[in-house]
Amino acid sequence: MIPAKFDYIKASSISEAISLLDKHGDDAKLLSGGHSLIPAMKLRLSRPEVLIDISGISGMNSITEDGNEIVIGANCTHADIVNSDLINSDLNILAQTAKHIGDIQVRNRGTIGGSLAHADPAADYPAVVLACDAKIVVEGKNGGRTIAATDFFLGIFTTAIAEDEIITSIRFPKVANGNYQKFFQSASRFAVVGVAAVKEGNSVKVGVTGVAGTPYRATAVENAYSGSSDAALHAVDGVEDELMSDHFADEEYRAHLAKVMVKKALEA
Amino acid sequence: MQISVKINGKTYDHDIEPRISLAQYLRETLNLTGTHIGCDTSGCGACTVHVDGAAAKACTLLAVQVDGCDIKTIEGMANGNEMHPIQEAFKDNHGLQCGFCTPGMVMTAADILKNNPNPSEEEIRHGLEGNFCRCTGYHNIVKSIQQAAEKINA
Repeated sequence: MIPAKFDYIKASSISEAISLLDKHGDDAKLLSGGHSLIPAMKLRLSRPEVLIDISGISGMNSITEDGNEIVIGANCTHADIVNSDLINSDLNILAQTAKHIGDIQVRNRGTIGGSLAHADPAADYPAVVLACDAKIVVEGKNGGRTIAATDFFLGIFTTAIAEDEIITSIRFPKVANGNYQKFFQSASRFAVVGVAAVKEGNSVKVGVTGVAGTPYRATAVENAYSGSSDAALHAVDGVEDELMSDHFADEEYRAHLAKVMVKKALEA
Repeated sequence: MQISVKINGKTYDHDIEPRISLAQYLRETLNLTGTHIGCDTSGCGACTVHVDGAAAKACTLLAVQVDGCDIKTIEGMANGNEMHPIQEAFKDNHGLQCGFCTPGMVMTAADILKNNPNPSEEEIRHGLEGNFCRCTGYHNIVKSIQQAAEKINA
């Protein structure tokens, strides 16, 4: 399969990428790892007229410490995250998660910024950015802003990023006690259900992906939790009307899986 | 668009349409047909090559994206008539049946062994998640990679 014709432009700076986005609007797509976009273009699910390659922009692929935060450049690949000593020691939940995305070849090319911007409802990172209260840093023609993870995901393949904006980095607080539990779709390795839990004393923050069209914070679980994993029974409270259903898992099975995976995450 | 790519040690300059994948470029422009196209949507791994030393699926990379990169394909693994230890191990252990997935398997195996010279069976199987063998000959593929690891480490 060959994608429809497009123009390819390699941006050398963030400001150049933003002005190209501003100029081409809806007709343009940003390309970084391309591991969601290129297959979608082959299948004609996406048909951009201009591809703006941001993979070569310097300063967007570092992982650094800033006080109590870890700042991850949007162009960092899943493999960069798996292999980062800083992330393995101070944000281990993210390394655990990245390790199970796709396969070796996909992890070598796919990026965290691209995955978040794509907002696939079965992607892994959304659960973790939600549970960690990470912040997504974007830049656009009117300057930069920071979007809280809880305000970022708006629906299936839909985020709060404006048309002229580009994700430049993701800021995570350091997390001592977090874990990610994933029920794999056995062929694609996507999450049928993915649950991230971040514990602090007797409280917990829980992010859920794959269950509803929009990844969510399981606040009913968080409110019910006081140390016992019985709180997992509330895993789909409030999203009962938004449960996804497909040939891998219908609504009832997905809701059940969500409770099981939340329980595992609370007990880990 | 003009690109300059180093492939198996030799530099190639071509004017290429942006929508052509690296896999097509290798096969149709350079006649390097060892890189196979299976699913063409990054599932099966038959098109695996190394880009700057890391395994990648050539069907999901545009040739223009690898402008300036160093690529290695299955044709670059042997040293003249001497097969790479991974190729030798696949031959010795009946690690291929129809052979369609083999180039991708060998390239992924090289990435696994580069990052983990002594992988356990489980680590090898986890590492091969992105490569499908439709003959289902996984046992001997895993055995081949285990033997290759021993040879390389000897």
